[in-house]
Amino acid sequence: MFVGALAGSIRLLCGVRLLPPHRFPARQAIYFANHSSHLDFAVVWSALPAAQRRRARPVAGRDYWEKTRLRRWLARDIFNAVLIERQKVTASANPLAAMLAALDAGDSLIVFPEGTRSPDGTIHDFKPGLYHLARARPEIPLVPILLENLNRILPKSDLLPVPIIGSLTLGAPVFLQPDETKTDFLARARESVLGLRIALPS
Amino acid sequence: MKLDHELLWLLGGIGGLLLIATIVTFVLKRRPGAGENAVIANLAARVKAWWLMVALFAVALATGGVGSVILFALVSFFALREFITLAPTRAGDHRTLFWAFFVVVPLQYFLVWLGWYGLFAILIPVYAFVLLPIRSAAAGECDHFLARTAVIQWGLMVCVYFVSHVPALLMLELPGYTNQNAKLLLFLVTVVQLSDVLQYVWGKLLGRRKVVPTLSPNKTLEGLVGGALSAAGIGAALWWATPFRPHEAAILALLVTLMGFFGGLVMSAIKRDRGVKDYGSLIEGHGGMIDRIDSLCFAAPVFFHLVRFFYA
Repeated sequence: MFVGALAGSIRLLCGVRLLPPHRFPARQAIYFANHSSHLDFAVVWSALPAAQRRRARPVAGRDYWEKTRLRRWLARDIFNAVLIERQKVTASANPLAAMLAALDAGDSLIVFPEGTRSPDGTIHDFKPGLYHLARARPEIPLVPILLENLNRILPKSDLLPVPIIGSLTLGAPVFLQPDETKTDFLARARESVLGLRIALPS
Repeated sequence: MKLDHELLWLLGGIGGLLLIATIVTFVLKRRPGAGENAVIANLAARVKAWWLMVALFAVALATGGVGSVILFALVSFFALREFITLAPTRAGDHRTLFWAFFVVVPLQYFLVWLGWYGLFAILIPVYAFVLLPIRSAAAGECDHFLARTAVIQWGLMVCVYFVSHVPALLMLELPGYTNQNAKLLLFLVTVVQLSDVLQYVWGKLLGRRKVVPTLSPNKTLEGLVGGALSAAGIGAALWWATPFRPHEAAILALLVTLMGFFGGLVMSAIKRDRGVKDYGSLIEGHGGMIDRIDSLCFAAPVFFHLVRFFYA
């Protein structure tokens, strides 16, 4: 109930609609989206149909989300985030291991392959994490999501929101091709997000 | 507020019209092959949304001044939201927009509620105009500064300043019409919205010559003339609820319809410029808030000032 109401208010605030369930792979998936605002994860999460939302965990940087008690509470207790190391990556703190463990437990992941929020809304190059995930679990569909205007609601540099209407567009699932190189795959994945930025209907 | 029988008659008449529209839609829907007809589906959605809008409006009027002020403040807020979403503002405008949404909008409607005409009339054209660009300049982003500033000021004028003239009708003191201004508000909104519908109907029936084809293929000369004349007729027929004589009501209705028509044209030009068909999807079948109120935006200040000049 509380979770449903929270998802509903996030959609209302950001002007984003609940996506129709038939547009989603009914099974486990890795959702990947462009990143420009703190709202990004919350919006993807709130737009998922309830069944998929229950198993969807955001992947977030440990350095940022463990800095204060509030952030830790939000990340751990509310959104059940998979926290990964961004700075001191070692064998014992391999970010991939935590993500694969979540996938193997049956959860879906929400990832932002740019690695950090873009200050102006442009989509930067993808970090290799998405490729490693795709190679380790090639059977799980990678679902591209384009988020627009969320950086205008809550930009990286500000704490006060402005009520702009945001939008979320869902793309067709992407899979790693057998002979595809890392660079090619990451470029293709990024294109699959960029390509959703269609010309406005006339 | 004491029960006003004329107000009830007006609302009853609108309810009757909607009832007829609902029955017509129902009959059309039952005809064979109507199931996949997009026009009928859109008509049904529009009629349904009209019921909701009329119900909200009636409740607002029934609560007197406060209800109408709050309703139109919300209308302005959602309209401005659609306007700014389409406008090419940048990160440097973020705090300026925060002021526009959360300070200027409430303040403008607070002034309506206070009935402080002097400040109401200049808050946006003078003070917002002077102060908001200062906030944007302080943010230090100079790319497209003039365009961004102009767009924010335009949004505030159209979506907030113009729209606030509808509930501002309540603050006019008209001799012999004390505490009856809610009917004036209803007169304006009814004439404008009906003229929209009538222009559409006349345009569909007889429309051949497009007024400005590059802007709006649905706006025809025949639709405009037919809609304006029939709206003037409706205005005249509603004279008993207003402080006007029948021919004055007809002239005002005609002017309001013309302003509404050209307002719709201007708002279409903005949509074309931004490459969209509708301002949003807030109201099922109608598009966004601005799509529903574009004609009212331009008609309201003109109607307000004509009434204030000649009758107050």
